[in-house]
Amino acid sequence: MIRYLIVLLIMLLPFEAFALTAEEVMKKSQAAFLYQGKDFKARVMMKLISKGGAERIRELTMLRKNYGDVGGDQKYFIYFFQPADVRDMTFMVYKYPAKDDDRWLFVPAINMVRRIAAQDKRSSFVGSDFTYEDVSGRDIEDDTHAIVKEERLGARDCYVVKSTPKAGDVDYSYKISWIDKTNFLPLKEEYYDRKGELYKVFTADEIKDVKGFPTVTKRTMKNLQSGHRTEVTYTKANYNIGLPDDAFTERYLRKPERRWID
Amino acid sequence: MLIVFFPLIVLFIVAPAFAEDISLHGFVQGNYSARVTGDRPPESKGGDLVWADERVQLKIDGGIKAFRFFTKTDLIGEHINENADVEFREAYVDYASKSWDMRLGKQMFTWGVGDLIFINDVFPKDYEAFFSGRPMEYLKRGVDAVKVGLYPKVTSIELVAIPFFKSNNYPKTDRFIMYDSMPNVRERSEKEPNPRVKNTEYAVRIYRDILGMDAALYVYRGFHRKPAMMVDNPDSPRYITYFYPRLSVYGFSLQGRMLEGILSLEGGYYDSKEDRAGKNSMVPNSQTRGLVGYNRQLWEDFTIGIQYYGEYMHRYTEYKGSLSTGSPRDKRLKQLATLRLTQFLKYQTIKLSLFTFYSPSDKDYMINPEFKYSLSDHVWFAVGGNVFGGGKPHTEFGQLNKDDNIYTVVRYEF
Repeated sequence: MIRYLIVLLIMLLPFEAFALTAEEVMKKSQAAFLYQGKDFKARVMMKLISKGGAERIRELTMLRKNYGDVGGDQKYFIYFFQPADVRDMTFMVYKYPAKDDDRWLFVPAINMVRRIAAQDKRSSFVGSDFTYEDVSGRDIEDDTHAIVKEERLGARDCYVVKSTPKAGDVDYSYKISWIDKTNFLPLKEEYYDRKGELYKVFTADEIKDVKGFPTVTKRTMKNLQSGHRTEVTYTKANYNIGLPDDAFTERYLRKPERRWID
Repeated sequence: MLIVFFPLIVLFIVAPAFAEDISLHGFVQGNYSARVTGDRPPESKGGDLVWADERVQLKIDGGIKAFRFFTKTDLIGEHINENADVEFREAYVDYASKSWDMRLGKQMFTWGVGDLIFINDVFPKDYEAFFSGRPMEYLKRGVDAVKVGLYPKVTSIELVAIPFFKSNNYPKTDRFIMYDSMPNVRERSEKEPNPRVKNTEYAVRIYRDILGMDAALYVYRGFHRKPAMMVDNPDSPRYITYFYPRLSVYGFSLQGRMLEGILSLEGGYYDSKEDRAGKNSMVPNSQTRGLVGYNRQLWEDFTIGIQYYGEYMHRYTEYKGSLSTGSPRDKRLKQLATLRLTQFLKYQTIKLSLFTFYSPSDKDYMINPEFKYSLSDHVWFAVGGNVFGGGKPHTEFGQLNKDDNIYTVVRYEF
């Protein structure tokens, strides 16, 4: 009897899974990729690699704290180690889902805190192939989503979701995402330009378990048209470290606490 | 001075031995600018050179429990006066606890929301550096000060005490061709406020978020940083004394998102205590100053910033009455407009920028275009120019009409 039940359940499983709408898949993916834990900290090493192979390094510590539900407000704090001319600079973002972010930059050479204009979330993050949106997420409601198929990517079963921006002011016309059916992490994303040609590819190159949360610890964004790519490695990744609210204030923007940035 | 700062010096020598973590960074830099007008200032030593130096900056940072220390020292080889020098740009100790912190030593402050326009930022600046094409950080001068930060729930408070007065540094006649209202008076001296308790300057900033805007209130009690001029005998002056009259400033600032950009507002009342009546032509009258700025990204990696600034002189009738015949007269409302354009290219390794001042009241201007390129993560260079003109021979930018210069900075950072 139990054996029949199991067989029945297994037969039902794909249908169960199919019952998820594309929006639900993307929402689960957002939760897994950008909202895990109450807070998050990582040392981030970015390699900006030109077509000719010349490398530039951006090394930083990123702190993130969630406020509210998945898809809700978040605060980010970034401290730069490298390159030398931005060492000790800090950058803070209050991210709101339905409106522009608040962003502040601290310039240590003259001890100055400045708000910076931030209405374009598709701008490059520190000169890399990643945009601000790639770092902190894009609103699910900004796109229409459709599951185009399900397929294996390597050894992983994936949903393949096509996301088309509702507004026309975005640098791509649509995006295809391979979302892992088990942990809902995006394993690959393809961005197609206005002519429908593939121009940017995101890949999750290494996934590790951190405190029970599957975490993308290596990722690459490659611009196929320019040949430029950015490889990102997270070290010292950690969740639920008890980041206080006041870590995201002007006081610590000017003088970050070592224990949070080291 | 030594009593306060001798322990600091000892600390900087001893501390590294005990520090839990210590880091050394800095740069090697060459910085040169040349006047392109063919004119030369009367006391010129460098010919067409306005600035020429090589320097090594060393930044040492470390910590011992709740204390951290930081020093920033420039070792300079300078070509116009053939000087070798050591400049302690900053050297301080930080102490931090949960609800308050303190910084003691030579440090820099940047307050307010203006872009190169300062109302509530009453701290010493180096305009000679600014007009010579030196990197932006040299616009600020470090001051020996104590700063205490308090962080109660409702607001944040910064209290600053500066026991030793430091003036602004303005262009001088050895490098710049400047307006001089009394060129025949050669005997001149400068009198700075003595380091006495009653001459200690105080500055307070109280800040918090109000409806998504960064709001701040400011109070300052101290001195004008631009010298006033006193002559021994107004009818036939033989001797000029530069001095720094007392000043208090009360102001506010607001900054936040608006109209898809950043809106900045700042205002301040300059209480010129030694000439409240406005009848002393040598001491500035009291003023009300205001600024509105707007900053916006128009497309990826391109931002535009505009500002309008007004400086309203109180007791203008008295001021006019106090002027001797023939001496230049300031406007009742001095106005200044600025425009900043910034474009990054090539994965933000190239920065093209343009900054301009224009005064609708004085009709003079300054234009500063710059090209900056990061060759690698360690090496960048910049070339730019400063063009001055318009107005009258005595106005702020008009008097620098013959000082147009081009400059270059090459820096290796480590």
